[in-house]
Amino acid sequence: MITRDDIAHLARLSRLALSDEELDHLAPQLDQIISAVAQVQEVAAEGIPPTSHATGLANVFRDDEPRPCLTPEQALRGAPAVELQRFKVPRILVEEG
Amino acid sequence: MGRELTRKTATELAAAVTAGDVSAVEVAQAHLDQIAAVDDRVRAFLHVATGEALAQARAVDEKRARGESLGPLAGVPVAVKDLFATAGLPTTCGSKILSGWVPPYESTITARLRAADAVVLGKTNMDEFAMGSSTENSGYGPSHNPWDLDKVPGGSSGGSAAAVAAFEAPLSLGTDTGGSIRQPAAVCGIVGTKPTYGGSSRYGVVAFASSLDTPGPFGRNVRDTALLHQVMSGHDPMDATSINAPVPPVVEAAAHGDVSGMTIGVVSELAGDGYQSGVMSRFAEAVEVLQGLGAKVVEVSCPHFKYALPAYYLIAPSEVSSNLARFDGMRYGLRAGTGSAEEVMAATRAAGFGAEAKRRIMLGTYALSSGYYDAYYGKAQQVRTLIIRDFEAAFSQVDVLVSPATPTTAFDIGERADDPMAMYLADLCTIPSNLAGNAALSVPVGLAPENGLPVGLQVMAPPLADDRLYRVAAAVEAAFDSRRGHPLLDEAKGLGA
Repeated sequence: MITRDDIAHLARLSRLALSDEELDHLAPQLDQIISAVAQVQEVAAEGIPPTSHATGLANVFRDDEPRPCLTPEQALRGAPAVELQRFKVPRILVEEG
Repeated sequence: MGRELTRKTATELAAAVTAGDVSAVEVAQAHLDQIAAVDDRVRAFLHVATGEALAQARAVDEKRARGESLGPLAGVPVAVKDLFATAGLPTTCGSKILSGWVPPYESTITARLRAADAVVLGKTNMDEFAMGSSTENSGYGPSHNPWDLDKVPGGSSGGSAAAVAAFEAPLSLGTDTGGSIRQPAAVCGIVGTKPTYGGSSRYGVVAFASSLDTPGPFGRNVRDTALLHQVMSGHDPMDATSINAPVPPVVEAAAHGDVSGMTIGVVSELAGDGYQSGVMSRFAEAVEVLQGLGAKVVEVSCPHFKYALPAYYLIAPSEVSSNLARFDGMRYGLRAGTGSAEEVMAATRAAGFGAEAKRRIMLGTYALSSGYYDAYYGKAQQVRTLIIRDFEAAFSQVDVLVSPATPTTAFDIGERADDPMAMYLADLCTIPSNLAGNAALSVPVGLAPENGLPVGLQVMAPPLADDRLYRVAAAVEAAFDSRRGHPLLDEAKGLGA
């Protein structure tokens, strides 16, 4: 059983600032979904290799050749805030109180 | 003349523009007029690129006037799902978090369409980041099914399917991660294909679940769909998962719908409880038609298919939780809240994502967390191997597999909107091919007698045998069209007669 506290913890790990109403709504739904997907545990799969990707391709390289790329103006055009030709973001390090 | 042009096939339009019987501008204008006439009811488009489409059409006409040869989609309008990056045109993925974002670069597939002289009409509505089966998870409201405006057009590529079914575009682009092309094609009565994984480039296609996402075509008939499939496909060095192999001969296969001597397997697991009676009766009729055309039909068991849905709902959300981490309000898109970067990220994501995106991000975070990884994500990856083995065993006996494309016809808008498990069942038949990476399509096989809504036949083929899909679909289409005497879409009355 997934509790409301578990969901609140997952929301924090997922960087989702959910309201109390959202947590109340999502918690029982996620509990129902997780119980349903847990069916995979019935499958006898000992010794079966996992598949992460269906093509079987691995280590695909292309030649390391310089070529045109986005200009700084193009790269920054969608940015919420820009300063000195850089993405401007809120402070990342917070002093522990 | 406008209505006449919108009723033509893509193949006819390309030929007419190439011959100079009609201009690309006239073709584009006819479709823009149809959008203006019906899209307030269908709501297939999030953005109609009127100016750009007409400019592109003019460029095609000028190219012809200069005596240059035109590409295979000369002047053919195409509607593009709103998760293909289109330089200069908004790309929202149906999400408020990307409201107003204009990509600085172009996806490989839309670039190939433009190089083939197609005209991009605009961007179509979808479930947010392609997660859903109805377009109800769009941040911009649902699209409506042209057969019955109170029904969903399917999803996630529901806008692209509805646009083609409503004659707003002869062709459109979608993506299929768990059925997001085949399911909307089925419930809108059109053709839609999920190519072999790696057969169509993901470069510039906003990622949902990278190991499953497959761009593909929609059309009103098999031949048009094959034409778009051919143009959009092929190796792309910009996508490391792109297969370096020739495109299967899909156009040729679509022109020769001959199934005599083919062995066709009916998957016994894709039937039973939860399948609507009218879907099953149309499916059975399609199988009889194939038998009548000389195919040998056998029943095939794929015992692990019943675990495909739970495995998918572990694998896809796990990949989502990672892929959607980039939407954090730092470099593009919405930024909300105040305080530290972490607080701004959490506030931005809470404000920008809808309920289904949040559910799946948290589900994936759970499945990947330490202590649960082996029991959930790890086990799902093993089930994926077993499903691939089921397909391999089946394809050692048969050329293609068939099933209904969806368990039911189109459902009511609102009916499953807040019941995620009920919504997930819409992709019951389509998910196995995503997990295995093989090719599959849906082709219309008539209407369910109980409600007069379209039913799709799913055809599945081994990886890189996409041409077999078109051979079977062309045979089915020809048989049903000649029996009926007119194309199925002539019976769609959601927009009036």
